[in-house]
Amino acid sequence: MLAVKIDWKQYDPGSSYDELISVAGQSRTAAAALTRYLASLSPKMLDSRQDAAERAIAEMGITFTVYSEGRNIDRAWPFDIIPRTIAAAEWDRIAAGLTQRLTALNLFIDDLYNDQRIIRDSIVPEEIIATSRNFLKPCIGARPAHAVWANICGTDLVRDADGTVYVLEDNLRVPSGVSYMLENRIITKRVFPELFKDSSIRSVDDYASELLEMLSSLTPRTGDRPEVVVLTPGIYNSAYFEHAYLAQRMGVELVEGGDLVVADDDCVYMRSISGLERVDVIYRRINDTALDRECFEPDSVLGVPGIMRAWRAGNVSLANAPGSGVADDKVVYAYVPQIIRYYLDQDAILPNVPTHLCADPKNLEYVLANLEKLVVKPANESGGYGMLVGSHATRKEREEFAPLVAANPRNYIAQPVLNLSTVPTLVEGRLEPRHVDLRPFILQGAATSVTAGGLTRVALRRGSLVVNSSQGGGSKDTWIVDTYPDGRGHARRGAA
Amino acid sequence: MLSRVAERVYWAARYLERAEDSARLIDVQSQLLLDLPASTGIAWPHIVGIVGVGDAKLTRGRAAERDTLKLLLTDDRCASSISATIAMARENFRTTRDIVPTEAWQCVNELHIFARSQLRWAVGKRRRHEILSEIVARVQGVRGLLADTMSHGPAYQFFCVGTNLERADMCTRIIDVAVASLLQDPERLERFENTLWMSTLKSVSGYQMYRQYVRRRMRGADVLAFLFQDADFPRSIRHCLWQIEQCMARLPNGAALTKRLDTLVQTVTELTVGELDNAALHAEVDRFQVALADLNQQMSDTWFSPQN
Repeated sequence: MLAVKIDWKQYDPGSSYDELISVAGQSRTAAAALTRYLASLSPKMLDSRQDAAERAIAEMGITFTVYSEGRNIDRAWPFDIIPRTIAAAEWDRIAAGLTQRLTALNLFIDDLYNDQRIIRDSIVPEEIIATSRNFLKPCIGARPAHAVWANICGTDLVRDADGTVYVLEDNLRVPSGVSYMLENRIITKRVFPELFKDSSIRSVDDYASELLEMLSSLTPRTGDRPEVVVLTPGIYNSAYFEHAYLAQRMGVELVEGGDLVVADDDCVYMRSISGLERVDVIYRRINDTALDRECFEPDSVLGVPGIMRAWRAGNVSLANAPGSGVADDKVVYAYVPQIIRYYLDQDAILPNVPTHLCADPKNLEYVLANLEKLVVKPANESGGYGMLVGSHATRKEREEFAPLVAANPRNYIAQPVLNLSTVPTLVEGRLEPRHVDLRPFILQGAATSVTAGGLTRVALRRGSLVVNSSQGGGSKDTWIVDTYPDGRGHARRGAA
Repeated sequence: MLSRVAERVYWAARYLERAEDSARLIDVQSQLLLDLPASTGIAWPHIVGIVGVGDAKLTRGRAAERDTLKLLLTDDRCASSISATIAMARENFRTTRDIVPTEAWQCVNELHIFARSQLRWAVGKRRRHEILSEIVARVQGVRGLLADTMSHGPAYQFFCVGTNLERADMCTRIIDVAVASLLQDPERLERFENTLWMSTLKSVSGYQMYRQYVRRRMRGADVLAFLFQDADFPRSIRHCLWQIEQCMARLPNGAALTKRLDTLVQTVTELTVGELDNAALHAEVDRFQVALADLNQQMSDTWFSPQN
C-alpha cells in the first residue's frame, strides 16, 4: 500500500468552524505542533495508534454501561485519538465565564429556597418556579455549607460557525464524564508521548485532589479528616465506572444506599466491619427523588431512608445539595443572563444560545411553524432524550412531535440548530471533520476551580450533531495549549 | 472498611483461587490420564467430582473428554467452570475497584479477556497445558501484585482469608477423591500407585516440596499427612487454617473466630493420619469441609451482614 501522508489541504470542514484547521491547510496556533506531527504519520501509523488506544481501553477496563434488549452491557469507551485543542488565552476567558455563571446560579438557588428576592423583584416569574418539577419543597429553608448548592457542575459548551462559544446547558444535578476526561489524557499520553514533550499542554490530573478538597470543605463537623463517601446507585448504573474511579482516586469509600443508615440521632452512618461509622460528606451520584423514600419516591430502593432529615438537621452534607436541579430547568436557563446581572451586577461573559420559551403563546406559534429550523427540548430531561432536531427529523417525526409541544408548552424550549464546530477524526484511516461539544467541570465549595478543558464529546457519524455516548457518540482528549508569548499561562490553573 | 466491600473482596479472592486450582487440577489430570490405561477405571468424570459440578449429565465413552472439558473450561451455565469462575472474580474486582490497586484490576481484567478468547482452545489436547498454565501464572501474578503493592490492612486480610479458605477447601476435595479412588481398589491400582499419589501432590503444586521434606519412597499415608498437616507447605490444610487465623487476629471483632481457628489448627495437627482407615479418613475430610462452611457463615455474621 502506498503510504499517503495527511495533507491538510485536502481536509474540508465545510461551513463549520474547525477547532484545529482555520482555512484549507492552515492550522490554528494552538494546534500547530499537533497538525505538523500528524502530517508526518502515514495512515497505517495512525491506525496502529488508534488500535493501541483501543487495546489500552479494553485492558484498563474503561467502560460505560448501556441498557439494551433487557440487559445491561458493559461497553468499551469509544475514543478517537486526535485531540481537540484550545488556546490557553481563550480558555482563561471561558473559565472566568464558567466561574461567573456557577457563582450566580448558586446565589439563585439559595435565594429560591430562602428569601425568593429574585421573584419579589420580578426578574424571574414565580410560575416558572411553581411549575418546576425540580423545585423540591423539602429543601425550602435549607442552608448548605458556604451557601453553595451545586458543588459539581458539568456545563455543556458548543461553538457555532462564527466561532462564538455558547453555553448549551448547565448540568447541576449529577453530571458525569469527568473520569473519561482523565482517562482520555492517560491514553493520549501513551499513544502520542512525543507531543507532550514539545507542547505545553495544561495538566488535568489534579482533579481528584481538587474534588476531595472541595468535598472536605463541606463537612458539618470540625476535625481535619472528615469522612467523605461517594454514593452510587450500584453496579448497573451507566456511570458506575466513574463512581468507582473517583472514589478510588480520592481514597474514599464507594457506598451504596444499603451501606448507609440514619440513626435516631439524625446522623448518617455506614456499616463497616467494625460497626457503624459516622459519615460527614456524601458525594451522591443518585438523583434527588431517589435519595430518600421517606421524602420522595416511596418505592425507591437506591437511597437512604431519613437522609433528608439528617441533611436538614445539618448533620451531613450532600453534594450536590438536593433541589439544585431547579436551576437546571431549561426554562430557567433562558433567564441566566438576567440572573447573573441581578446577583453579580455583571454582564454574562459566556452567551446563552438564543432560546424560545414555548410557554409564551407568540413563541409557541413561531416554534410550531418553524420546527425544521429548530431544536426542541423538554425542559427537564438530560442525555439527549425526548428532543427533536428539526433539521434532521423527517416530516412525519415533526408532525408527531408538534402536538406534544402544543399540549404542554411550559415543558418545552426551542433553539436554532447550531452548526457545531468540528475536529478532525479518524474514520477508516482518513481524517474527516466530526461535530463536537465540550463539557468542562466546575467545582464550588469554599473556593471555585475549573478543569483545564473538559470532556470533548464527538458525534462519530458524518453530519450528526448527537454526541451522547448512549447514542453513538465518542470522545476525545482536550488540550489547553499555552500560547501566551511569555509562557505565563503555563502555571496558571483555570480561573480559580 | 464497608461490610459489603469486605465480602466482595473475600469472594474475589475465593473465585480467583478457585480458577487457579481448577486450572492446575485439569492440567495435572490431563497428564495423568496419558499415563494410565483405561483399565484403571480412572477417567474424566471423577475430576468433575472434585470441582463439584454436581449432578451435571456427563457423557461416557469417546466423547467424554471433550464434553467434560467443555463443561469444566468454558460452560458459563456451569458455575464451577473456569470461565464462569473468572467472570465472577472479575465482577467482584470490578465492584471493589475503588479499593484494589488499579494494576491488579487491570491484570484481572486481562485475565478475563484471555480466558474469553483462549479457554476454548484448551478443550483440545494440543494447547491445553500452555493455556491452563498461563491461567495459573496470571492468577499468581495478581496475588503477587496485591501482596507487594496493597497495604496489608483489613481489605488485604479479607483477601488472604478468601484465598486460604478456598485453598483449604480444594485440598479437602482432592484428598477425598484420592482416598476414594486409590484406597478402595488397592490391588487393581497397585502398579500405578506411585503415579497416582504423585499426581495428587501435583494437583496442589506439592510434589517437589513433598520430595524435599519427606525424603522417603512415596507412601499414601505420608502424602495424606503432608496434605493435612505439614506446617510449612502453604497449601496444606493446617497451613491454610493457620494463615486464616493470622489474618483474623488482625481484623476488628475477630477474637471469637480467631479462637475457633486455633482449635481447628490443633485438631488437624493432632490427627494420626497413618492409623485411619478409609471410612475414618472420609469422615475427617467431611469434618473439615463442614468446619470451613461454618467459618464462612460466622464471617458473614461477624463482618459481612452483622445484625446490629
